[in-house]
Parts: sequence; structure tokens; C-alpha cells
Amino acid sequence: MNEYDKFSLDGRPIYFERGQSILEAALAAGVYIPNLCHHPEFKPHGSCKLCTVKVNGRFGSACTIKAMPGQEVASDTPELNGNRRVLLQMLFVEGNHFCPGCEKSGNCKLQALAYDIEMLTPHYRHFYPVREIDATHPDVLLDFNRCIMCELCVRASRDVDGKSVFALAGRGTASHVVVNSPSGKLGDTDFALTDKAASVCPVGAILSKRVGFAVPIGERQYDVDPISAQASARQAEEA
Amino acid sequence: MTTTQTGLGTYLERILKRHGRDSGRLVQILRDVQAEFGRVSAEAMAILAERLSLPIGDVESTRDFYSFLTSEPTGTYRILFSDNITDRMLGNQAIFDHMARRLGVSRGVVSADGLASLDYTSCTGMCDQGPAILVNGMAITSMTLRRADQICELVRSRVPVAEWPNEFFRVDHNIRRADMLLGTDFTPGSALRAAVAMGREAYLAEVKRSNIRGRGGAGFTTGVKWEAARNARGDARYVVCNADEGEPGTFKDRVLMQFYPERVFEGMALAAYVVGAKLGLVYLRGEYLYLKAPLEEKLSELRAARLLGDSILGVDGFDFDIEIHMGAGAYICGEETALIESLEGKPGRPRIRPPFPVSFGYRGQPTVVNNVETLCKATEIALHGGAWYEGFGTKQSTGTKILSVSGDVERPGIYEYPFGVRISQVLDDAGAKNPKAVQISGAAGQCLTTREFGRRIAFEDVPTAGAFMVFADHRDMFEVARNFAHFFQHESCGFCTPCRVGTRIQAGIMDKIAAGHGTQYEMNELQHLREVMRTASHCGLGQTAGGAIADTIAKFREDYEKRLARKDFEPAFDLDAALARAREITGRDDADSRMLSDA
Ligand SMILES: Cc1cc2nc3c(=O)[nH]c(=O)nc-3n(C[C@H](O)[C@H](O)[C@H](O)COP(=O)(O)O)c2cc1C
Ligand code: SF4
Ligand code: SF4
Ligand code: FES
Repeated sequence: MNEYDKFSLDGRPIYFERGQSILEAALAAGVYIPNLCHHPEFKPHGSCKLCTVKVNGRFGSACTIKAMPGQEVASDTPELNGNRRVLLQMLFVEGNHFCPGCEKSGNCKLQALAYDIEMLTPHYRHFYPVREIDATHPDVLLDFNRCIMCELCVRASRDVDGKSVFALAGRGTASHVVVNSPSGKLGDTDFALTDKAASVCPVGAILSKRVGFAVPIGERQYDVDPISAQASARQAEEA
Repeated sequence: MTTTQTGLGTYLERILKRHGRDSGRLVQILRDVQAEFGRVSAEAMAILAERLSLPIGDVESTRDFYSFLTSEPTGTYRILFSDNITDRMLGNQAIFDHMARRLGVSRGVVSADGLASLDYTSCTGMCDQGPAILVNGMAITSMTLRRADQICELVRSRVPVAEWPNEFFRVDHNIRRADMLLGTDFTPGSALRAAVAMGREAYLAEVKRSNIRGRGGAGFTTGVKWEAARNARGDARYVVCNADEGEPGTFKDRVLMQFYPERVFEGMALAAYVVGAKLGLVYLRGEYLYLKAPLEEKLSELRAARLLGDSILGVDGFDFDIEIHMGAGAYICGEETALIESLEGKPGRPRIRPPFPVSFGYRGQPTVVNNVETLCKATEIALHGGAWYEGFGTKQSTGTKILSVSGDVERPGIYEYPFGVRISQVLDDAGAKNPKAVQISGAAGQCLTTREFGRRIAFEDVPTAGAFMVFADHRDMFEVARNFAHFFQHESCGFCTPCRVGTRIQAGIMDKIAAGHGTQYEMNELQHLREVMRTASHCGLGQTAGGAIADTIAKFREDYEKRLARKDFEPAFDLDAALARAREITGRDDADSRMLSDA
């Protein structure tokens, strides 16, 4: 690592390796920037916009902007967190999120971020979309009511599993994830619980069947520590 | 396979063959399927997916992205009304309702006999001769109640659209002020000859010298763009002409494509000469289908004249040809990276930039994307040189600019001026009647009031892609902004959160205000939403989607305030409206079945 390869994030120096995005560099340094559609194993996508930061005074996505020496990056500011709260509210009203009955509760990145950024209400009028549940697969349940259109499943299935089981179809608010089979049902694909795509969903839209509340709510990943604390904790562990 | 599927398969095979079974041409293939069968059915999708070796979800994803492609059958006659604010001002809604009554159909529902379907669509680029409609993709202008009656008659007697009276399809150029470009005769080949005589480097130097900037909106320096594409590493290079012209209120590219195609194509060949491209692609918006056949004929003529094809003008290695790709109803495809995705047969979702198309464009190769007008201007530079060109316009905005003027003016149409012209001059020339506002550069642009009419059209003052919509003092600017809000909701590609969800919330709030339930609270909400969309959206669509609302709130607040309920807050949920269904089921409508508001 080159001594000169550093930028400033909220006043703190962040050293980075050439080619890393601002988000990757920050997370590697143990500094959290909110994110939902990012996954360390996949190419940057840049759709959720939770990672929006200010770089030298200009807004941009930390997950798609390459880290450069000397950048002044602002992230944990009232303005940016205020906007993030709005983005989370948008995602909550766009889908149907009934957290108390959701198996993902406590392990869900959307919920965890909402707690962490202190989103107290959904604020906007709910869209109450009609989205179907697909239980045709023997091992996996799809509940797109909770989908936030991050396309992680699309990317994982295409780029890692080589199966292209999912695709994002439609336009605008009619956007929705579809399953690649003539019937449109997951049961008619070669999807498997062991697929990468089965484990990347940040919310509770792709769930393993016959697993119900094995870990009680209250003891789950983000129940213990807020999501923002986990980047630094992970970093400390690795060090 | 059933027999009908086999039959379907044979038809599809014909279409696939026409497109060389190239999955990259999926949008073109689906357009043909839609035209032939009135829809792209699940069976058709399955067959196409199999024969193109694509996942069926990818075919579905592309189909569902474009407004003109449908999974369910449309009417044999699919009638779409352009719904720009200028069409509204010309009374399109009354004509729509009249036609719906006469044909016995309601909006978005196919008539029981399958004969007709009727709906609205985004601006079709005929604002100077509206109200405009599309019938099975073909543009019809200057709609009146009388014309609507004639059309209903033709529909009911099932006369094929090809046999309808020619005058319905007449599209005028309405050129009201011609300057450097529109007023000068052009001999095909002359600009290419001049450039070839100079040589590649010298011509590029002239383009840079001219300081010409792109006419599509962003105003990027064309010479720099071409040079970057020439210098980028790649196996092939491409020139793309952006003729998507979806911005409400813009129609100048339509006039250039229809009446000045030699200029456009020659501009593409000039760009190809500089960067070393072998293939050029025109992305023509679906609404301009009527131009496709004449443009293809023009291309054949140019090939015959050896101005396209191999060894153009006898220059060894200067091989260049042009293909026309049709859009399928998606404004976002005007954004250059979404356009490229669409050219590759995919949904038009903007890519992450950088990399920019000059290094990673069509099929991952260096690609020049230029607006139709920019390409036309390139011919002027070849003919007269950069120094001459630079002598027109202003310091940072050289040359002339074509404006599409519509709305409350006596002479709507096309006006070409040197950059730097004042708004007031355009208003005078067009015969504006008591103008109170001008919306510059379309729904995504800015709204100017009388106090600002002394400002100039130029990148350094009021930049524009060309739209110039005039509103007289009796117009309601709230309704203008509400029309744009619905446009953006409809056209958001859905990729990023702030725009996908924000445009819908925004349109919902505008509707709430329109229904008389808005308060000061909603006004604040709109401004806050605008900030989030502006700062967090992935592309220009979301970044500008709240602009017209913010401008009109700032400048025409009274148009909003007269609608506001005199309260600080009104809930979104209307209990009385929610009880309507219960009243309907129980057949009640007495006082006790109603929630009295303002109790
Ligand atoms: C939402 C959106 C729509 C656009 N639509 C068009 C269009 O219809 N035509 C166009 O030439 N440019 C359009 N642009 C701009 C293009 O992305 C691109 O900048 C332009 O085609 C480049 O050509 P130029 O340098 O000649 O202007 C649009 C941009 C955005 C963000
Ligand atoms: S199902 Fe999950 S992983 Fe897939 S797009 Fe929706 S939220 Fe993302
Ligand atoms: S801003 Fe809108 S149109 Fe642009 S990428 Fe985001 S959702 Fe799509
Ligand atoms: S994490 Fe950057 S946009 Fe989603």
C-alpha cells in the first residue's frame, strides 16, 4: 500500500488499494458507509443509492466511484443521512414489509439500516403492490413482497451459478423480478438451495423452507449490534 | 407442440431470419412480432428465447420494458394519444373522450370484439401540429373531432391503416426561421469530399477549432469526444446517431431526419472517417416509424452514389455503412448508455459512467454517440472550416441552434438562430400571445417567467436541447407541472430507488393537491423529494424529474396555493372514499353511509 494512496472520509484518513471503490476502501478500513445493493463478491451495481456520499462537494455513489488520492468524502452528515432515511422510506412503502412476521427480521439489511439511521415511520403513502408468493420450489420460498430490486440474486445466479434464474423485468414502479422459466415458477428451474443466489438476498425475499425462527428474534445478527458497528467489528476480527 | 404453436414458430422463423438470428437485435425482433401479432405472447417469447439461446426471463425483461410491446393483445387498431401538455392545451382529452364513446371502449381496455384499443402515450414529437395520435405506430397529426369521426368510421369498416387518406399522415416541417443549416442547400458528398481533401487529422482539428458542442442536452465538446473515441483501444468502432428525441416539446430532430437526411447521414460518415468506424447506427424513436422506409430508401441512394459502403469516395479503407434501429416507446433510451443497451437488445437502463461510450460503448467498443443536429453541424465545419463556424453564436456556444417552438404562439414550428438569441426575440418571432412562462428544454428543463425573457439561449446562460413551450397568462402552471410529473413517473426506468419510487410519490402528491386535499405540508414534501431525487439519482432523468415542480412552486406559487386546503395537514387516507366500495355492494347511499368531512 502506497503512503500517498489515501483519501479523507468525514475527516478520517482512509488508505486504499488502486482499483477499490470508495465504499470498498472504507469498509476494508472498518468505516461503515450504508449500502444495500453492494456485495463484496460482485461488480458494483449502484442502484439502491444508500451509499450516496459527497466527493469533493459533488454527490455520487460510493460503490461506483473509484477511490482517488486526496478525495474529500463526506458520508456521515445530517444531510446525507436525512436523504438516506428518505430512500429507506421509499423502499418500505414500495413493497409490503411486515417485519414482525418475517423470518428475515433481525438478519435483514433493510430493517437494520432503518433502525440504524433512525427511520421512525415509513412517512409516505404505502403503495401496497400486489405481488405473488412462489412456493413451487421444494426447498426455497420466494416472497417478492419484500424485494427491493437490488438485483443481487440476478447477478449471483448469472455470474456465479451460471444459471440466470432471475431477471429484472418491467419499467419504473412496475419493475419486478421474474423467474426464468416458461411458467415463471421457481419450481420449474434448476435453482438449488446451495446456489449463491439463494444466500445473497439482503431482505427476506428468498428464504429457505422449513427454517422458522431457529434463532429467536432479539438474538439475531443485527439485533445484537447495529449494522454500522459490524464493519468495524469485522475489521477488528480480521486484524 | 400444438399446431398453432408450429404455425407461430414458422412466422417467428421468418422474423428471426430477417434479423440474422442475432439476439442483439431483440428489440427489433420483438417490434416485428408485436406488429405481426398485436402482442408478444408467452408462447412467442418461449420460442424466441429457445431459438436465440436467451433465458426466457431476459426476453420478458426486454418486452416488459418498452411501452409499445405488450403481453396481452391490443386492439386490431391500437390508437395512442400523445399526452404532452401542448396536446392537452390543444384539447386532446375531449377528442379522446369523444373517440372512446364512439368506439365504445374505455381507456386501456380492448373493445369486446378486439377491434380497437385506446390509450395515452408520452409526447410523440408533433407539438407544433397536435393534437397528435399514433395508429398502429403511424403518426397522425392535427386531430379534430371531425377527423376523429372519420377515423372511427374507418376503424368500424376495418379499412387497413395503409389505405387511410394520405392527408391524415401529413407531417409538416413548419420551418419558420432558417439560418445557417436549414437555409443552405447541400449537395450530398460535398462535405465528405472536403474532409477527405483535408485528411482525417486536419478535419478533426477543424472540428475542435469550431468549438462545436453537442446539441442533445449535455453540451459536450464534439471534437474532444471524437478524438477520445479515435484514441480508445478497441477491435471495432461505432458511430451512433441519437434520434430518440423523447423530450416533451422537442421535434427538431424529426424535421432534420425527414427533410435533411443527407446531412445527418453525411455527418455520421464524417464522424466515422475521423474515428475509423465501419458501422453507424441510427436510433430512431418508435414514434417516428413513418420515417423508417423513406430513410432506408435514402440510404440505398447514398450507397448507389458510393457515399456509403466500401472505399467511400475511392478512399482505401474508408468503409462505412448505416443501419436504422427503432425504439419501442421509452424516453430513457435517449440517454446515451441506455440507448446503447437498447441497441444491444436489452432494456434501456443507463449504465454506470465511467466508462463512457467513447471507450466502452456499443458491444463494449469505442462508440461516438451524437445528437442528430450535432451531426448535421459537422457537415458545415467540413465545408467551411472551424474558424468560419466559430464566427457564429457566442464564445462558449458557437454556431446556430434549432428550437422547437410550441404552445401559445401563432406560428409554432422550427426556428433556427445563432446561439445567444434572447427568449423575447423568439417569443416575438413566433407570435406569442401574452406569454407568462416558457418551459425551456422540455419537462427536464427550466421554467422561465416574464422577468427572465431577456435572457439568452446559450450554454453560458439558458442551455437547451431545443424545446421551447410557451404558456399564455391564462394557463395553469400547476397543471403543466403535474403533466410532467406523470410523464416522469411513466418514463422512469426503475433502476434506482430515488427515481423509481420518488417519481411515483411525486405524481401522487401532485394528484392529491389537484383533488383539493393538498396543504402546505405537501408543498414542503415536494421540495424535499426533489432534493433527494436530484442528488441521489443515477441519471439525468431522476436528477431533473423534480425541476419543473420546484420552478413552478418558486415562480407560480399562486397556481398551487389556490388549490390548497386551508389546513396544515390532510391525511392521505380518505375514509369516505374508502367506504365507496362498501356503499356500492350494499346499495346504500344515505347520510349514515357517509363520513362527513369537515365535521
Ligand atoms: C433522460 C435523458 C434523455 C435524453 N434524451 C436524448 C435524446 O432524445 N436525444 C439526444 O440527442 N440526447 C439525449 N440525451 C443526451 C444523451 O445522453 C447524450 O448526451 C447525447 O446524445 C450526446 O450527443 P451530443 O454530444 O451530440 O449532444 C438524453 C439524456 C438523458 C439523461
Ligand atoms: S429478491 Fe432479494 S436479492 Fe433479488 S432483487 Fe429482490 S431484494 Fe434483491
Ligand atoms: S434516475 Fe430514473 S431513469 Fe435514471 S437510472 Fe435511475 S430510475 Fe432509471
Ligand atoms: S450500495 Fe451503492 S448504490 Fe447500492
